[in-house]
Amino acid sequence: MSSNPAIIETSRIDRRSSADARHDAWFRRLLKACALLVLAALLGAALSTLWGGREVLFGQGLHFLTSDAWNPVTDDYGALAPIFGTLVTSVVALVIAVPLSFGIALFLTEIAPTWLRGPVATAIELLASIPSIIYGMWGLFVFVPFMARIEPGLSATLGRIPLLGKLFDGPPIGLGLLTAGIVLAVMILPFICSVMREVFQTVPNRLKESSYALGSTTWEVVWDIVLPYTRSAVIGGIFLGLGRALGETMAVTFVLGNAYNITSSLLMPGTSISSSIANEFNEAVGTHRSALIALGFLLFVVTFVVLLISRLMLRQLARREGA
Amino acid sequence: MTTMHRNKLRLLALATSLALGIGAAHATDITGAGSSFVYPVISKWSAAYAEKTGNRVNYQSIGSGGGIAQIKAGTVDFGASDMPLDEATLAKFGLGQFPDVIGGIVPAYNVAGIAPGKLVLDGQVLAKIFLGQISNWSDPAIAALNPGLALPSTKITVVHRSDGSGTTFNFSDYLSKVSPEWKTKVGEGTAVNWPTGIGGKGNEGVSAYVKQIPNSIGYVEYAYAVQNKLGYARMKNAAGKVVNPETASFQAAAATADWSHAKNFNLLMTNAPGADAWPITATSWVIMYKQPKNAANSKVALDFFRYAYSDGKSAATALDYVPLPASLVNQIEGYWKAEFKR
Repeated sequence: MSSNPAIIETSRIDRRSSADARHDAWFRRLLKACALLVLAALLGAALSTLWGGREVLFGQGLHFLTSDAWNPVTDDYGALAPIFGTLVTSVVALVIAVPLSFGIALFLTEIAPTWLRGPVATAIELLASIPSIIYGMWGLFVFVPFMARIEPGLSATLGRIPLLGKLFDGPPIGLGLLTAGIVLAVMILPFICSVMREVFQTVPNRLKESSYALGSTTWEVVWDIVLPYTRSAVIGGIFLGLGRALGETMAVTFVLGNAYNITSSLLMPGTSISSSIANEFNEAVGTHRSALIALGFLLFVVTFVVLLISRLMLRQLARREGA
Repeated sequence: MTTMHRNKLRLLALATSLALGIGAAHATDITGAGSSFVYPVISKWSAAYAEKTGNRVNYQSIGSGGGIAQIKAGTVDFGASDMPLDEATLAKFGLGQFPDVIGGIVPAYNVAGIAPGKLVLDGQVLAKIFLGQISNWSDPAIAALNPGLALPSTKITVVHRSDGSGTTFNFSDYLSKVSPEWKTKVGEGTAVNWPTGIGGKGNEGVSAYVKQIPNSIGYVEYAYAVQNKLGYARMKNAAGKVVNPETASFQAAAATADWSHAKNFNLLMTNAPGADAWPITATSWVIMYKQPKNAANSKVALDFFRYAYSDGKSAATALDYVPLPASLVNQIEGYWKAEFKR
């Protein structure tokens, strides 16, 4: 009698909602913990490489960053040659992979007959699932001999061009920065291509059809409608590929030639940060080991800078579009 | 589950060995870690040794640096390194070391028209090639060593190891011994600052590069040159005689190297003085505590290597390693008696 059924009902609802709120709070904490775990892992990895490389990073300081020497006998280390090799191979890979991915993605979304789209897209995604050691083996046993055959031709033709020719002037041994760059291009192509294909599909048909109706060619539709609409995502995809290229280890180790060189020629052997570490870590002790860990830290820095540049580029684009 | 399974297996192995009447009273598992150079032969020895005694040897091929770190930390019963430890380190940790097996390092080349074993080199020329000072196969210095051999006028591509390795250590040590210029400009180590050339990962990497790149020269363990059918050079040794890379010349190097004056066997066999000695012969060292915490395991480890020196010879030869000569084995046995707690 004393208790009103309506009051009982509200108090139950209150209890329910307070329980819900509690669950929500826990769920929120759980999610936060997940996100923080990633941050903690990243920070931990960066700091432990910094700590492991402290002997060289702080002991030799600027010398480590500006020297191209790498002499385990006298414990004189410089990171310039590995950084150079890492950047050059990645740039070569991008120069090849970006236009190619762009073409493939456009073909698949705009031009290819529907029955062809599925199989080709699957084939490209399969390319992404091949382990890098397989790329390395293929690179060493199939691609390097092929490059050794065409490199004299490259030197004789492209090598004649003033200035640019310096890039293709070297011994035709098949190994080197160019070969590594091409193998890397094949490896990052599926990443860039899938992103591009996905985002090109998000362009509303309305826009494209309006443009066609105004008499645009396919190229004009792509250049003036599709690309501006998807620009930031396309750049994101390219940097995803670049990130992979910077850190790739095994495939590069097989075909790069592993020599601490800084040269103007793409046909010369070089070395990269990750391949230096993979090569030498096993037998490295003392300062040598410290230098390799310091290289690992530099890879963090290089990747971070690349990421930063991509963010800045995107922001600039957004501002320009806003204006 | 796995433990039970393993125990069952162990029991089975024990029962079998007992039934055959050759077994030890109880089986011991010992662990070792280090050099990848000796891994193939140690795993073969350990299989045969387990069959005979029931004791098992688990060897992890983690590289010499890792092996030294593990034995210093006391996590393994023996370490194996391609580079001997110096007196101070051995004394500080109470460690002893002795050689286990011999291997030869050969200059391997790929020059059209020059069959394996036809090219003759000496230390001076080899050093100059790897310094980049001799860069053409038709160089007069090479021609002088090879009268009557048609040398092509092509550029030499040098191939070296890209990873740190005992092979590189012994190779660079040899070049340092024969060429003062190499010693000052490059020096010796498991990894060095190569003046020229390209780097291949592991013996297999160098073999693959030499095989693929015309007019190249590299250095590999003898087994890799044979198995990959690479051209290998004959070398003029310290005594001035041209020798073939083969079991006999590797063993001659080990026998003529001055072990008796090398405390703790701290001696590299490169440029050995014997008339028939191959100049770039290498070994790796087993490193153990003289006063081990686990004396039983240590005893089994020594017994294992005793077995390897006697019954393990054929296994070593089958894998293109060379067993230690009897004179050296005698010295090692003496070293064990004198230095190791039994």
